[in-house]
Order: sequence, then structure tokens, then C-alpha cells
Amino acid sequence: MAAVEAAAVAAAAPARAAPLWRRLLRHRLFVTGAILFGVMLVLAVFADLISILPPEKMQVRFRFRRPEWAFPLGTDNFGRDIWSRLVFGAQLSLAIGFAVVIVTGIAGTAIGLAAGYFRRLDNLLMRAMDALMAFPAILLAIAIAAALGPSAINAVIALSAVYTPRTARIVRSTVLVVREMEYVQAALACGARHGWIIWRHILPNSLAPLLVQLTFIFAYAVLAEAILSFLGVGPPPPTPTWGNMIAEGKDYLREAPHIALFPGLAVAITALGLNLLGDGLRDVLDPRLRVQHG
Amino acid sequence: MAEFIVRRLIAAVPVLFLVTLIAASIMQLVPGDPAAVMAGQSASDIEIARLREQLGLDRPFIERLGEWYLGLAHGDLGYSILLNRPVTQAILERVPVTLALAGFGLFLTIALGVPLGVIAALRPNTWIDQLVLTIALVGVSVPNFWLSLMLIVLFGVMLDWLPAGGYIPFGDDPVGWVRCLILPGFSLALLQVGLLARITRATMLEVLRQDYVRTARAKGLPSFLVIGKHALKNVMVPVVTVIGISFGLLLSGSVVIETVYSIPGMGRLLANAIFGRDYPLIQGGLLITAATLVLLNLGVDLLYALLDPRVKYGRG
Repeated sequence: MAAVEAAAVAAAAPARAAPLWRRLLRHRLFVTGAILFGVMLVLAVFADLISILPPEKMQVRFRFRRPEWAFPLGTDNFGRDIWSRLVFGAQLSLAIGFAVVIVTGIAGTAIGLAAGYFRRLDNLLMRAMDALMAFPAILLAIAIAAALGPSAINAVIALSAVYTPRTARIVRSTVLVVREMEYVQAALACGARHGWIIWRHILPNSLAPLLVQLTFIFAYAVLAEAILSFLGVGPPPPTPTWGNMIAEGKDYLREAPHIALFPGLAVAITALGLNLLGDGLRDVLDPRLRVQHG
Repeated sequence: MAEFIVRRLIAAVPVLFLVTLIAASIMQLVPGDPAAVMAGQSASDIEIARLREQLGLDRPFIERLGEWYLGLAHGDLGYSILLNRPVTQAILERVPVTLALAGFGLFLTIALGVPLGVIAALRPNTWIDQLVLTIALVGVSVPNFWLSLMLIVLFGVMLDWLPAGGYIPFGDDPVGWVRCLILPGFSLALLQVGLLARITRATMLEVLRQDYVRTARAKGLPSFLVIGKHALKNVMVPVVTVIGISFGLLLSGSVVIETVYSIPGMGRLLANAIFGRDYPLIQGGLLITAATLVLLNLGVDLLYALLDPRVKYGRG
């Protein structure tokens, strides 16, 4: 009997999981986002294979070449191949975005859980988060990155510091609702430890909004990293980041606008893909948050 | 209402205190000696030591913090190393330019966002509805500094319709003032237009389902009166909140936009301070911007209460 029940549970599990994927795959915007982001991810992962030249290789006699067969996206002011720099730029920009998502996810979840579950910590933690959120995100990120010095790791630290309060706020608001649920109260009444309740009940039920938020943070981080690099407080040149490439192209807008055009498009496509993914996830995981249609 | 204002002001105090603390602590993040970083690699030891003394870095942080707060109480935000003048004076000179840019951006945001949202709500699931969704998505995905560069190439260089950068004060040439604000204003506004249009659309859809709108229609009021008099007024309540947030975002977005368009506002001043590692100026600029946003949020709350008499600000 027990074996039958176990088999039934095992059979039921994938059946329950399937509709989520089916609903995601039926969501046109989610699929579009997945394709756009997937393309940029493939470029980043296979940068070594699909690049034509090393990203920092200068060929002075090929400076300012417009897109042509040998250089699909043209060359820049140092004669470097823009396609090769773009795909290696994808590697770094996506790596920074992903690192920000990981750090923000861990720190934001920890702070949000602590503030939402242990009410004595709520006021202290959330006032600190409010203060950080009082600063415009990009301005604070620029200031922190400028203070720490230009590097990829410092860009991750600056962006994580800026986006953690926003994530913490979302997690806290979910925790505040979940902790009042009857099953949590029942677990408390049975004498369950706080750590176990948080791990077993609160965290899994807070994951959906967190996942949606982190997808959007990925998009913000890619955009913000481009701004940091553009302003000279991100990874320093000649490192091929999209922001650095746009900054280098801005001095040659008249004679070679393609230098700034393609990295900007890459940022926009990545951010658009992630925003669509986030919208799709939100619609499917939490339809209450969807902006009404019709 | 008066009690609410006092309570909100009191609640803003700890946040403002933490804001000042964070702004004042930025220099503490600098690895090693901030004076050496600011002075640059070519500076001699004597120059670095002089700068260290000027910044008060030879004294404990707590002592400097106390002094900073004392200065703040007198409206003194320190002394800019780059500009060789008081930070407060340098910022106040640039504020009108940034306010003009953010104000122009807000004007474009409202002038485009509200009508687009209303039309999208009146014609749901049509091409205009899709257009609003597309503008919103493009707005949040396109980096505005890159959009600025592309607009400069198109309208400033290739078509030569608008100035590619710079700023003309309104008093010198009102037409020139508008012309030089169009491209930066649009670059700033694009993100907000889509967001405002989506919020307006969602709120309008909600309002159009209400009984009083149905009653207004049933008694034969013309459509423009139903929309303009009954629906739009109620749509404005959440929209005002979004406009308030938008203005804050427009202010902060000016750092990048003013740099790209060479507009001599507070944003560019801050960007230059960051490039030049002028920490007193960075701290002052951060503080002024954050404090403005905190007060702006308070203003939005008050406006909310004025627009919607149902909003009560009791203790609960």
C-alpha cells in the first residue's frame, strides 16, 4: 500500500510540475524573452569559439572599418574587431549581472527573512534599507564604485549594495503574509524550531516573487553595469565590456557611429529579453501582480 | 492633515539621518589613503599630506563626522577640492539647470504618458494598446545614455535639426532653451512614458468599470465628459504617485544625461566629482539628491490626500 502511495506521489509530482512549464511555454512574451536572452547567453558561453580575433588585438591599418565580410560589425578606433569584443563583452556583462543576482538574492533574502520573521529586527533593518533606497539606485552605485575603484568586482559590490534593499523589501512583504498562514502557526504550536519553519515553510513560499524580482534585477544590473563602465567606474579599458565599448565609440559618433551602435543594441536586447522573462514569470507565477489586460 | 504632516516629517528624520550617515561614510570605503587617490599618481608626499590635512583625514572618523554634521546644520557641506569653492555654493548654482531638465522631462512624460494610457484603456487589445506595452518595454530596456548618443547622431549630426549638446539659459534665448532640452528631455522621459502609460491604462480600466461611470454613461453624458470629468479625475490619484516617483528618477537620471549632452547641471557636476575623486562634492551631491527625494515622497503623500478625500491618515 505504501509503495502504491509512493508511486502515486512520484507520478503526481511531474504532473503537477508540467503545467508550469507548459504555461510558461504558452506565454508569448516569456518565449520571446527566453530566445533573446538565450542568444546573448550562447554568445557569451561560446565567445572563444565564435570570436574572430582576440578582443584586445589592435590592427591600426584596419581602423574605423564599417561592417564588412572580414569584420561583421566593423572595427573601432584601434582597429579591434567589434564582433569579437562584443561577444567577450557579453561574457563579462552577463557574469557581472549574474554575480549581482546571486549576491543580491542571498543578502536580500537573508535580510528580508530576518525582518519579516523576527519582528524585533524589522524596524532596525527596514529603516536601514529605507535609507539606502532613498538614494537613486544608479547614483549610489556610481558613488560606491567610484570610492572602491574601477573593477568588475567593485561593480558587483556597488550594484549589489544598491539592489539588496529592494530585494529585501519584496522578501519581507511575502514573509509577513506567509508567517501568518495557519500551517506556519500550526508548526509553531507543535514546537518547531524557527530555523526549520523558515527553511521548510517560509522560504519555499517566498521563492516565486523573489525569482521574478531577481530576473528584473539581472536586467537592471546589465544596464547599470553599462552605465558604470560608460562613466569610467566599471571594469577599466581595454577590458571589453559593453559600457566601455559605447564610451570609446562616443568620441567617433560622426565618422563611425557603428562603434557605439552595436554594444548598445546588445545591452538593449539582453535587458529586453530579461524584462520579458520577468514579465512572463510574474504572469505565470503570480497572476495577481499582472497589469490587467482587457 | 496637520498631524499627518508632522508625523510624516518625524518619520523622515531617522531615514534622513541614515542618509547623511551613508553620504558621510562614502570616503571611508576608499581603499588605502583617500588623499593619495584624490591627489593622483603624480602628486608628491607633501601635496598628499596637505590634502589629507585639508580633508581632515589625519583626524579620527568620528571627529570628522561630528564636524560634518556641525557644518550641515549651518548649510555647509564642505569644500570642493576640484572647484576650489564651497560645495553648497557649487551645487546651488547648478540646481536650476537640473530642475529645468527634469521638469522638461516630466512635462514630456505626462504629455505623452497620460494620453497614451487613456487611449490604450479606451481601446484595449488594439494596436495602440500594443504600442503602449512596446514603449514601456523598450523604455526599461534601452540604456538611456546610448539612446542619447543615437539621438545625437540622428538629429544633431545627420539631420542637423537640434543641438547635439550644451545648454542655453531661458533668459538668454527661450527658443534655444527649448531646442537644447528636447533631446535630453526625451532621453530622460522615454523610460517614464511607458511606465506612466501602463499605470494610467490599468487604473483607467479599473475606473471605467465603476458604477458612477456606468451611471454617467446611462444618463446620456457625452463620452468626452464621462472620460474627462468623471474618469480622469479619479485616474489621477495613483498617477500622481507615479509622477512623483518619475520626477525623482528624472533627477537621478540627469547624472548620465547631463554628461552625454554636456549640460552644466548638478548631475554633470556630480559626474565630474566622481571622475576627479572629489569626495566632499560627491558626499554633498548625494545628500542633496537623496534628501530631495525623501521630501518629494512626502510631498506626493500630501498631494495624494488632497486629491482623494477618502484617503485618511489615521494612526492605524
